[in-house]
Amino acid sequence: MSRQSNRTTDSKKMNAELFTLTYGALVTQLCKDYENDEEVNKQLDKMGYNIGVRLIEDFLARSSVGRCQDFRETADVIAKVAFKMYLGITPSVTNWSPAGDEFSLILESNPLVDFVELPDNHSSLVYSNLLCGVLRGALEMVQMAVEVKFSQDTLRGDNVTEIRMKFIKRMEENLPAGDE
Amino acid sequence: MYQKMETRFTRGKSAILERSLTRPKTEVSVSAFALLFSEMVQYCQSRVYSVSELQARLADLGQGVGASLLDVLVLREKNGKRETKVLNILLFIKVSVWRALFGKEADKLDGFPAKVTVHWHKGTTLMIKFDEAVIARDKALEGR
Repeated sequence: MSRQSNRTTDSKKMNAELFTLTYGALVTQLCKDYENDEEVNKQLDKMGYNIGVRLIEDFLARSSVGRCQDFRETADVIAKVAFKMYLGITPSVTNWSPAGDEFSLILESNPLVDFVELPDNHSSLVYSNLLCGVLRGALEMVQMAVEVKFSQDTLRGDNVTEIRMKFIKRMEENLPAGDE
Repeated sequence: MYQKMETRFTRGKSAILERSLTRPKTEVSVSAFALLFSEMVQYCQSRVYSVSELQARLADLGQGVGASLLDVLVLREKNGKRETKVLNILLFIKVSVWRALFGKEADKLDGFPAKVTVHWHKGTTLMIKFDEAVIARDKALEGR
């Protein structure tokens, strides 16, 4: 995906329904293909990662956000720009750790889970785990190693959906054709 | 497998069933969908050995989507009445379904036969092949 890509498809939006249903079809298929929820969670994370490494390019091309100075700025960009751009929602950034290396994204709504309920036999399925992979993959491409996981999930009975993100380390820049 | 899993229904506290089915206001970006779809295609590709198997898998995925979409669209736009006549179904697909999927109606409604295959000829054409029983029934309904 070159940076000179055609910008006419830039901010094309679509109704969330097809997106929600498509994601649901994916999770359903994974549940059929894999024995247990843990495997499905792993697979969702892996697929999310693959998406994330491509999404970051699209994001950088379409937003005029420069390099973030610190993790706080990263958090804000993720919540206010990226989530808004791709999923049409703006989670809030809260629960910063004292060291400033961990924060939470609180999602009040999530297009992936509209009209979704988890049946009892899939109680350890992290339905939206794709998102964790996406965040991890995207940030890795900008030299940030992070750990992302759902700490609360409305599908599993919690009041809110909370994604916890933890900064691990800054990575060595080893891109073949770096922009710097 | 429907997204609204009915197992909780009997407990009588399924909040989801109370929710309105009007068109969601949230909009997602086309690239989010494109990236998701691409990953799904790659996933299917990794589990099959032939193109026809790949197409079959993708079609399976689509079937679930179509079934849910049909329910929602019929409820919203046709007051719960599904079309049973061939031409009306085609019009429904051309107008409502296409609009729900792609934001606009399909360009042309061409001829008719209930196996859907994709052909590339001056753009993408989806051919729907109805089987004999449907045509016969349709003719009977028309009183011809």
